[in-house]
Amino acid sequence: MKFVDEFRDPNKARALIREIETLLPQIPRADERPLQIMEFCGGHTHTIFRYGLEQMLPGAIELVHGPGCPVCVLPMGRVDDCVALAERPEVIFTTFGDAMRVPGSKKSLLQAKAEGADVRMVYSPLDALALARANPDREVIFFALGFETTMPSTALTVLAAEREGIDNFSLFCNHITTVPTIKAILDSPDMQIDAFLAPGHVSMVVGEAPFRFVAEDYGKPIVITGFEPLDILQSLWMVIRQLAEGRCEVENQYRRIVPPEGNSAGLEAVAKVFELREFFEWRGLGSIDHSGVRMREEYARFDAERKFPVPSLKIADPRSCQCGEVLKGVIRPWECKVYGRQCTPQTPMGALMVSSEGACAAYYQHGRLAVEAQRGQAG
Amino acid sequence: MNGTITLAHGAGGRAMRELIDTLFVGGYGNDLLAALEDQARLELDALVAHGDRLAFTTDSYVVDPLFFPGGDIGKLAITGTVNDLAVGGARPLFLSCGMILEEGLPLDTLRRVVASMKATADEAGVQIVTGDTKIVHRGAADKLFINTAGIGVIPAGVDIRAARARPGDRILINGWVGDHGAAIVDARGELALDNPVETDCQPLSGLVEAMLAACPDIHCLRDATRGGIAGVLNEFATASGCALHIEETAVPIRDTVRGVCEILGLDPLYLANEGKLVAIVAPEDAEPVLEAMRAHPAGRDAVIIGEVTESPTGSVILHTGFGGERIVDLLVGEQLPRIC
Repeated sequence: MKFVDEFRDPNKARALIREIETLLPQIPRADERPLQIMEFCGGHTHTIFRYGLEQMLPGAIELVHGPGCPVCVLPMGRVDDCVALAERPEVIFTTFGDAMRVPGSKKSLLQAKAEGADVRMVYSPLDALALARANPDREVIFFALGFETTMPSTALTVLAAEREGIDNFSLFCNHITTVPTIKAILDSPDMQIDAFLAPGHVSMVVGEAPFRFVAEDYGKPIVITGFEPLDILQSLWMVIRQLAEGRCEVENQYRRIVPPEGNSAGLEAVAKVFELREFFEWRGLGSIDHSGVRMREEYARFDAERKFPVPSLKIADPRSCQCGEVLKGVIRPWECKVYGRQCTPQTPMGALMVSSEGACAAYYQHGRLAVEAQRGQAG
Repeated sequence: MNGTITLAHGAGGRAMRELIDTLFVGGYGNDLLAALEDQARLELDALVAHGDRLAFTTDSYVVDPLFFPGGDIGKLAITGTVNDLAVGGARPLFLSCGMILEEGLPLDTLRRVVASMKATADEAGVQIVTGDTKIVHRGAADKLFINTAGIGVIPAGVDIRAARARPGDRILINGWVGDHGAAIVDARGELALDNPVETDCQPLSGLVEAMLAACPDIHCLRDATRGGIAGVLNEFATASGCALHIEETAVPIRDTVRGVCEILGLDPLYLANEGKLVAIVAPEDAEPVLEAMRAHPAGRDAVIIGEVTESPTGSVILHTGFGGERIVDLLVGEQLPRIC
């Protein structure tokens, strides 16, 4: 298939891996621990597991799968709020498909739907707006979720609703921001990550500049990365080349999609509709300053949190969960006390077991071979 | 007979009689059904001539929409049950048909479904010999639900079981994977594709007969419906305790189906099929069976997609075209499109 298969060429993959192997001995390392490279984005994690990339890499490279799966890091209390909104009789609650299975403290949206709530899966916020247009006697709420990637489309949908005077449409806003989260990881004392792959789709919106602090303030190489397996291999090669040459800067591997300055029209719409929250709660990472957005006062009438009562109860992560340590690369997923025992994809306790993009679920479902290989190496 | 289904069509009176006579007895057209007794009466001698064991199965069909590119619920209701018999090595012979109709269903819709069932039954060489019809209030069912049960006969000596996969065996499939699942996604009208995908819905009884003629000792055989080929491969791996290795590049997937999957973040290995079977045979039987499959219209695009080994026990391992490996596990729930 054109424009897809070119980025999945096994010969190019082998060549890149050989290049990486040549560069590795040139990296000065004080200790013998593996190089830790974090891919922030859940889309990258998905690609890594789907193509079995991890076992193709030299043992000296350890991939740390970051918190960039918006479905995983959604705290249970917010899912409870979704369910409460969806169970209002006048409401049609619309959501992206993979958010339906995320467990709240009592139930998921999928269970709420089974019990009679009108929950509908949409592919775009514009589908939700179309539902509002077609059902003027109902209240349509769109479950706005995701990083900067999905923010512009939600913002533009709100602007369209305003333009058309559709007043039975609102957002339950759970958009989160990338940069404060990377900063929180970099600031944590037990962090050992050597380099980062930056999320390609987020960068397409925000551009290269927001990632400069990673290189300039923290001295870590970072490469903006696409989502095909060759994109990821090439980016790994790029960060390793930076480490070998003693450089650290922001490089852009995904130039075919990501302009250095980002998408100004999208950013403008986002700035018009949203403002930063003081803090936002993450499943697995706790509260992070400025890591979420809410709707500005001018758009209050499109804000489901202002339009309807929501319980907003904070539900703490189970104590035995070690998601935070896994996210920071301090332990590997299978080293968590509850991994595969109390915490499985059928009964997820922690964020990382919730969606197939979460590191723990990915290992549990697709990565048993990698786990066995790495356990073998360790022993 | 124009108009719509009403509760009167299920009340046991004249309206019901008329519906059965004209639509079903006329539509399915065979003597066993036309006798209109409360049960079909099947000659034992005729059954025994085909083999030494009866195969008996049932399945229900609740698809939405009722009509989709390349098929409809009626065709599915025949092929699904026929294929469940066929993959046991049985020759399918007789089907029952129970229908649950929602009040208000256009009679013309029902007529089209019945015609499709008749045509598919003829193609598969089976007869619909008994049936039942219920009408429910509007909203108590979604338009039309069908249940079919089927009886077939397994020839002596044929022993097809999921547990019979052995190290060294080859894994075969009869053609393109995921067409039905992609066609249903497309027919719901949410993607508006330029090149719609057609379902692969087809009876497999003729193909299985041809395969058994080439090699009576087929080890494993199942049709890959819900759960896709990933589901069937996992059933074989679990039952036999062997490892099934699949070469990603050998699995035939159409570009349009791959396109749907790329857009929605779905995996074609988990997409439903309605006319695909996965077979496992001894290495020396692989070529003759493949040849027999390719000579049959339902197996024209048949290929070998992998091999059985001893370990890691009970696993399905995909060797990706990119050079890596991953476990192909069972799905936790329904496959849901990804956010970004």
